[in-house]
Amino acid sequence: MNALRLLLLFFRLGAMNEVQYRANFWIQLVRTAMNLGFSLFAVFIVYEQTTHLNGWTMPELVVLMGVWTLMGGLVGVVVQPSMEKLIEDVREGTLDFCLTKPEDAQILVSLSQVKVWRLLDVLVGPIVIALALAHMGKATGWQESIAFAVTLLSGSIILYSFWLMLSTVSFWFIRIDNILMIFHSMYDAARWPISIYPGWMQAMLTFLVPVAFAVTVPAGALVGRLPLHWLVGTIVLAALLLALSRWFWKVGLRHYSGASA
Amino acid sequence: MSRGFGDIYLTLFGLELSVMFQYRAAVVIWLLGLVLQPVVYMVVWLRVAEAKGGKVGDFDAGSIVAYFLVMMLVNHATFTWHMFEMGWRVRSGFYNAILVQPLHPWHRDVLANVAYKVLALGVILPVAALLAWYFEPTLQPPLWAVAAFVPAVILAFFTRFLFEWALGLLAFWITDTSGLNNLYMAFILIFSGRLAPLDLLPPILQTIAAWSPFEWMVAFPVELLLGRLTPEQTMHGLAMQVLWIAIGFAVMQLTWVRASSRYSAVGA
Repeated sequence: MNALRLLLLFFRLGAMNEVQYRANFWIQLVRTAMNLGFSLFAVFIVYEQTTHLNGWTMPELVVLMGVWTLMGGLVGVVVQPSMEKLIEDVREGTLDFCLTKPEDAQILVSLSQVKVWRLLDVLVGPIVIALALAHMGKATGWQESIAFAVTLLSGSIILYSFWLMLSTVSFWFIRIDNILMIFHSMYDAARWPISIYPGWMQAMLTFLVPVAFAVTVPAGALVGRLPLHWLVGTIVLAALLLALSRWFWKVGLRHYSGASA
Repeated sequence: MSRGFGDIYLTLFGLELSVMFQYRAAVVIWLLGLVLQPVVYMVVWLRVAEAKGGKVGDFDAGSIVAYFLVMMLVNHATFTWHMFEMGWRVRSGFYNAILVQPLHPWHRDVLANVAYKVLALGVILPVAALLAWYFEPTLQPPLWAVAAFVPAVILAFFTRFLFEWALGLLAFWITDTSGLNNLYMAFILIFSGRLAPLDLLPPILQTIAAWSPFEWMVAFPVELLLGRLTPEQTMHGLAMQVLWIAIGFAVMQLTWVRASSRYSAVGA
């Protein structure tokens, strides 16, 4: 509950900060439109040639693109900007300001930056999903809806834990801003169902940078092509990674030497 | 005695090479996107070909793999990042140091670009070889096509470089060019044949690609090495490249004159 209160607080702060720069809204609008336009265009070009891509029909793939947009937005609103700030703070030594505050440091650093305009992606994603589902004309049962909600939450937790562990590495290696590029390259690959890739790439996208759980799994749950053991596995992995990242964060924090060192 | 242009180029190239070498970890990380993206679209099209019983358009599995692997190398040879750097240079006042040098700044950027490419070859060539071993491309270009491929890639580099550099100069007028850069990236992805071979796009988009500079930046050298072009088409392509380089150079020069006279130093 405390985390939620802080989230709302930081959200208000971030919103107040961002409305000063209204031009950023238009920039984000262009970016969201471009990203979505490109995704849909790619789907269109592929389905000009075929009706099935590894079993996925066109509307199902549009659902996947919607989840991709939504999840990218969720990460972009708070996780990524906060983690970039954390890496910078560790390098500059300004993390001191955060550690002296009477709240859990992990929660503070995880919420410290909020990019409100990225919420556009969070809004547009579900619209795309809803339209594609409506187009399929198949009623989405409550099982699918629950599985989708659960895997979406688990997927976000997995991505958050991954980002936190990646950023925690900066306690040892100060210059790691470039590492973040790795995530973007990998996330781009998650635009398509993970099952189309050869085994070694699937392993990479599942275990090295776990984007598979963030996009393919929730989308699969929604269109009813997620085996039960994947559902269970996703939940278990989310819990494990959350605990592991917490532990790793604490170990890393002990290595932090502060500003004047 | 004034030193020749060649001497200046050699010295600056050595300088840029050592700068790049300092950031060798970053060099490798940058490469990941450059390698991964063609592999992603290669796999997508392989699956499409599979679903259609082996062929999509006139591409079979082997030629899809060849197309995207050659594309990966051509894209690596021709890509630039200077338009992303330009905004930062203007905002931070870094242009002060560049403007006082008695050399048009694009020379420095060409050298930095080539220095990066040379260093990165040490990684991208083994990776390409590994991917070729795994995915098994079929590539049997005629000898003349191999010979023509070299000038085609060099001309493609300059076509792309001039346009992207001129685009980057817009940072002198617009504070945040990231939206514009994104738009450009989407266009080049579609019209230069990186999303799919141009033959697989709807005819109207193929026409647009042929009339834009994009086709000549990446798709043309790739299709040439794949042996998909006749000698006449090759001559036409090389001519288009020369034409677009002339246009790009004029645009860049005109923009540069206006941009640099607009520039008011920040953080001096």
